[in-house]
Amino acid sequence: MTSTTLDRIPAVRVPERSWRSDARAVKIVWHRDLIHFANDPKRIITWLMQPLLFLFVLGSGLGSLSAGATDGVELTTFIFPGVLAISVFFTAMFSAVSLVMDREFGFLREMMVAPVRRSSIVLGKVLGGGTVAASQGVIVLALAGLVGVPYDPLLIASVLGLLLLTAFTVTAFGVMVAVSIKQIQTFTSVMQMFVMPMMFISGALFPVAGLPTWLEVLNRLNPLTYAVDPLRHAVFSRLDISGSARATLDPGVTWFGWHVPVGLEIGIVAVLGAAMLVLAVRTFSRAE
Amino acid sequence: MTAAPTPPPAIEVDHLSKTYGAARAVKEVSFTVPRGEVFGFLGPNGAGKSTTINMLCTMVEPTSGAARVSGFDVRTQRDAVRRHIGLVFQESTLDGQLTAEQNLRLHAELYGVERSTVAGRMRQMLEMVDLWDRRAQKVITYSGGMKRRLEIARGLLHSPRVLFLDEPTIGLDPATRNSIWSYIRALREQEGTTIFMTTHYMDEAEFCDRIAIMDRGEIVVLDTPEALKAGVGTDRVMLGTTDDPAAIRALADRFGIEAHAADGAVAFRVEGGEAFVPRLFAELGVGITSVAVSRPSLDDVFLRHTGSTMRDAEASGAERDQATVRMLAGARR
Repeated sequence: MTSTTLDRIPAVRVPERSWRSDARAVKIVWHRDLIHFANDPKRIITWLMQPLLFLFVLGSGLGSLSAGATDGVELTTFIFPGVLAISVFFTAMFSAVSLVMDREFGFLREMMVAPVRRSSIVLGKVLGGGTVAASQGVIVLALAGLVGVPYDPLLIASVLGLLLLTAFTVTAFGVMVAVSIKQIQTFTSVMQMFVMPMMFISGALFPVAGLPTWLEVLNRLNPLTYAVDPLRHAVFSRLDISGSARATLDPGVTWFGWHVPVGLEIGIVAVLGAAMLVLAVRTFSRAE
Repeated sequence: MTAAPTPPPAIEVDHLSKTYGAARAVKEVSFTVPRGEVFGFLGPNGAGKSTTINMLCTMVEPTSGAARVSGFDVRTQRDAVRRHIGLVFQESTLDGQLTAEQNLRLHAELYGVERSTVAGRMRQMLEMVDLWDRRAQKVITYSGGMKRRLEIARGLLHSPRVLFLDEPTIGLDPATRNSIWSYIRALREQEGTTIFMTTHYMDEAEFCDRIAIMDRGEIVVLDTPEALKAGVGTDRVMLGTTDDPAAIRALADRFGIEAHAADGAVAFRVEGGEAFVPRLFAELGVGITSVAVSRPSLDDVFLRHTGSTMRDAEASGAERDQATVRMLAGARR
């Protein structure tokens, strides 16, 4: 078998590194994450469970208690944008575990010795994890009709954009943590430490106006707050509800009484994401 | 600057050192590997082999000294070095969740291999290692031998000038080891690829054009296998006798030879073993039941220069391998 086939082996050429070869590297690292995602349907379902529990069990269960306070808006409708954020947030926080696994199982070495920039590997990972996380959000978004949120093109477009931004920023945070961690367990426990507090404090499940001072301070310091609020605004602006309901349920975020515009909130999330990406690249380039 | 008329050697190492804190892992090592050579890099574990290889493939920064691979400086021209080398590590660096084909395609993309050439090259590499029919299976379903063959196919996918193989056949059955060697030799003929390899198998070291033995951070000897064996000088004699202690005493008294009991026989070393045997029968004065004379092996060379046998060195390597296997079995991928 060997001698006959070997005669025909054409030698190939590895060209000098260029922006094009770096783009190919980013793309293949991204693509690999998508293949893993598609290969593992169990994981997709596991990660969907929690947001769906929040939406349908918590939303329906507490609905009767809150009926008086929501001006006729179902609780499930109210927490829908929050649940969108949560579903993306959970997946994105843990997606960078793949980087730690690659280190532990040796595959990272294959990428490290390749003639590509370390930043291409990091960027590919952030885009890959971000895409997977955002697609979880898309599955939840598809359920909008079940909780009285219309399939309005503008709503869908703006929610998609916000989900992508949230996914990339949160994944960048995960990758930033992952590049300096050697063990899967360490990574998971570090992330666990952040996930629940950040989710609860963000206001994904309650309006962020009229909170006790301690909670308000924590809420305003929580970056996830600024990802949840624009999402809620995007959904509520397309709902047909009374003015008083809107004022109660979509009050917006204030700093010392000043209403923070949605554009600034999006800017905060984007700048944080970019900063963490840069930090991740720096740490990763220095390692090994 | 004038262009060199002859291509540079595959590897040039000049007073290369690596220090970790107070420990000097590699001490001022120098050697040259010409193009197309199969170069064996032997030594006990902890001798500094891995550190040297890691410096040559730009994974570890040298503390001092210089090294060029395929004419490129490992310190200042990292990317150029990386484009021209292939690596097969002792530990698997495949993605088990991907198929063989996906693993190779990923490699081709990372190395920026021209798209039009990828499919053909990939097919031929997979055919060479006999995995073409299994290309669509996830690597996680592969046996250890199949994985190693796939790693070799991947290491060669981008036509490297120098292929680094770290224990390429450890833990594989003899048939797989033979076929891996047939790829390596064919490749050297076809593409003039230089092979830089570490091994603990003596019979494999015999295949190398030249061998360097490293011990405690230094290259203690470097030559062809024949020259190294000739350098040991003495042959090994194994003697079956009717009275071993008496034979050992007689050897010391009459011939001044220091012998010892080993495996139910008397073992000793002597120059010109075959010519010595008739004298032995005439003068030993103890009944002889069997004689075996063996020429020096690479194992003797290794023992002479490092103080341990290659098998001992391998044993600790195998233990480490098992630890890796256990770790992999514990986790799912």
